[in-house]
Amino acid sequence: MSKIKFILNGNAVELDVVPTMRLLDVLRNNLGLTGPKEGCGEGECGACSVLVDHQLVNSCIMPAGNVAGHEVITIEGFNKQSRYKKLADTFARAGAVQCGFCTPGMILAAEALLNEVPHPDEQQIRQAISGNLCRCTGYSMIVKAIKMAAEEGGGLW
Amino acid sequence: MIACDIGKPVRKVDNDIKLSGQAQYIADFHVDGILYAKTIRSSCPRGKIKKIDMPVLPNGYFAVTADDIPGKNSIKFLIDDWPFLAKDKVNYFGEAILLLVGPDRAKLLELADKVHIGYEKIPAILTIEDALSGNFVPIFGQNNKFAVYDYEKGNVDEAFSKAVKIIREKYATGYQKQAYLENQGMIAVPEKDGKVSVYGSMQCPYYIKNALVQALAVDEKKVRIVQAFTGGGFGGKEDYPSLLAGHAAFAALKTQHPVAVLYEREEDTAYTTRRHPAEITLETALDGEGRILGMKADINLNGGAYAGISEVVLQRSIYNICGVYNIKNLRVTGAAVATNTVPNGAFRGFGAPQVIFAIEMHMESLAKAFSIDVLTYKKMHIVKQGDRTATNGIFYDEVKLPAMIEKAQRMSGYTAKRKTYQAKPKLHKGIGMSLFLHGCGFTGSGERDIIKAQLKLCKQKNSSKVEIFAANVDMGQGLQTSFRKIAAKALEIPITDVLFAYPDTERVPDSGPTVASRSIMIVGKLLQKAAEKLKKRWQEDNDIEIIQNYEAPQRIKWMGEKSEGDAYPAYSWGVNVVEVKVDPLTYEVSVLGTWSVFDVGQAIDERIVEGQAQGGIFQGLGYAAMEVMTNDDNGRSRQNNLTNYTIPTSMDFAPVENHLLKTYYEDGPFGAKGVGELTLLGAAPAYASAVAQAMNIHVAKLPVTPEYIMREAEQNE
Repeated sequence: MSKIKFILNGNAVELDVVPTMRLLDVLRNNLGLTGPKEGCGEGECGACSVLVDHQLVNSCIMPAGNVAGHEVITIEGFNKQSRYKKLADTFARAGAVQCGFCTPGMILAAEALLNEVPHPDEQQIRQAISGNLCRCTGYSMIVKAIKMAAEEGGGLW
Repeated sequence: MIACDIGKPVRKVDNDIKLSGQAQYIADFHVDGILYAKTIRSSCPRGKIKKIDMPVLPNGYFAVTADDIPGKNSIKFLIDDWPFLAKDKVNYFGEAILLLVGPDRAKLLELADKVHIGYEKIPAILTIEDALSGNFVPIFGQNNKFAVYDYEKGNVDEAFSKAVKIIREKYATGYQKQAYLENQGMIAVPEKDGKVSVYGSMQCPYYIKNALVQALAVDEKKVRIVQAFTGGGFGGKEDYPSLLAGHAAFAALKTQHPVAVLYEREEDTAYTTRRHPAEITLETALDGEGRILGMKADINLNGGAYAGISEVVLQRSIYNICGVYNIKNLRVTGAAVATNTVPNGAFRGFGAPQVIFAIEMHMESLAKAFSIDVLTYKKMHIVKQGDRTATNGIFYDEVKLPAMIEKAQRMSGYTAKRKTYQAKPKLHKGIGMSLFLHGCGFTGSGERDIIKAQLKLCKQKNSSKVEIFAANVDMGQGLQTSFRKIAAKALEIPITDVLFAYPDTERVPDSGPTVASRSIMIVGKLLQKAAEKLKKRWQEDNDIEIIQNYEAPQRIKWMGEKSEGDAYPAYSWGVNVVEVKVDPLTYEVSVLGTWSVFDVGQAIDERIVEGQAQGGIFQGLGYAAMEVMTNDDNGRSRQNNLTNYTIPTSMDFAPVENHLLKTYYEDGPFGAKGVGELTLLGAAPAYASAVAQAMNIHVAKLPVTPEYIMREAEQNE
């Protein structure tokens, strides 16, 4: 066990955990944040996506110790921001949500992209979500949602 | 209020809870005092269990075996041969033998390593060929077949005696894993007086309830099933969840603690049901102009180790073998065979994708043999309104295929591209078109004789709210929204005044399973009828409860024993076009474009249907191109995660351009027919046809991997 301090969804947290624990388990089990999902447990599907210093990360393959001193944002923190509200709106209008299991990860993948590239082209969007698997939608309606958010987001990103 | 056009999209009612990460899937449930169950599985494909060496279990840890099952140790299907937990013998690698149950999941893994099971091995049947060889002791019955079918229409022998040419071909299709993003999971909670409540990821609450009533040997009041948010199903959560629910319930009742059975990806991929591999032989008698006089079809499905629902899957295969073509003289034989492999089960399309692939590719071969353009050849044979189905039923409704084909041609530029790519083989480009249909709802008289769906609609006194009580689930396909829309439209009330909770068997009647593209067409129609009745009674000053029972449409006639009559009440239709370029060095395929036209009657929500089209076609392309699943010499799956079982990413295929035809089906709500399964059926044959053109090969196998293309192309040289 060791003490790990980091910023989680805007708040400082200090935890006593084994630093090699998966960040996903710490978030879900120690902190009760179930927005990040476990789909594969090996960094393949992206359902466990979170932002670490605004980079998209698979929390199922990141040791909790690695976030010491860094900033972590999960869907629970991001869903209070105006950028989320825009993405949620365009995801709804584009029909980008089906079973919902990949959705929090997709939203964060979109945020990570738009934060870097406010006006991405289709190929950049497809690339940005290529680490997030979705079995329901065939992706095009998600791509469209992200494109719409970029177009309508005026100043948000 | 729903505007006059019901197809106009509305915001899905569950968008916000899913987008914000607040939707609670089963692994997200927090239950005090919960224990976890780890499944100990067979490491032998076929054998007798000789001994089980158990570690000493620490305090608070338990083992659950077949001896802890109070009732019948088999999952309730048409044939009850699949044990919840193997007792004396095992029939596949990975079969569940016992459960270790306790509070710490890491400790359970440690203990699991210390369970040693000894087997007396029996030679295992691993393939369809083994199963039919007669060289092995049967797994099931005398002939090792879970089901055998044989039917004939017209006079096949006479047709073959008149034939100028006879063409016989073999086709084979592989496994496909549903690969929903949320793995299977159930939590069972023991209640007072021996009752158990089970929460989980599922498509069919009442299948699970009925399975548990039988396995626990209890009164039906003692079992309650509640659906949690379900992260995709695609058929994979039709049959298998009954096994998980059983495991969770046995453990909960034994330990008197809540027990969670939560599969990880490895377990889910390697040991839960998949699409049946198929071997299909088609033999066709033709006249001098290439017209089909008659056809003989033989279909063998690999059912795996236990019968499960293989018989019903086989029915859909054998009754859809003609695809969209009018074949007047037809003899079909089919079997679902037993092998010592993971039992196969439901997957979107349910026995149809295999045969639609075979018939579509066979039609190409027939056209080629007579040097006729393939689309022209197909159009010579497509069915029209009033024609007979494979089982001598009737296509009652207008068949709009000609208009759909034309639309698909315009969208894709099919005709010009097909010509160009034929003339310029060095481009290694191809474009393929598939034509297909899907029989909506259960096969045969299943709705009338087995399911007998019932739906309830209620309005409380002095309330403007209406509540739908139905057992059908939303697993992502949008039923929470579509059902509310149907009720709101019929009652002319705002959609926000319609309530529809996730099914809980203590609250909802058995409106049947969420399968077979039946929820909208069958149960949605019950809902519309109930809503129309409620509307007439709207002013009554008391609680109103409308019960609506299924009644088969008058025109439908089915004689099951003879496989004769209307196997389906209605058909949805599709045309897909896929354009590809093949790298002649690596044989990798790039999909340049995909186009689709569907006739699903009236869409209840065009955006939801578009989502089904997009997603279904991608699953179909995965089936066609990349989803490889094979077994080793122990019948053990070589694929057990999303790294070695690859499903499409956002980068793999070009976007789909889709068009919906507007038609009206009188026995569906506001004219709607089935949607979900249809959308998967056409991608594989269209893709295969495109690859075949690009490389000048014949494609007779799914998936069409680069290795397969290479072998076929090299044979050509």
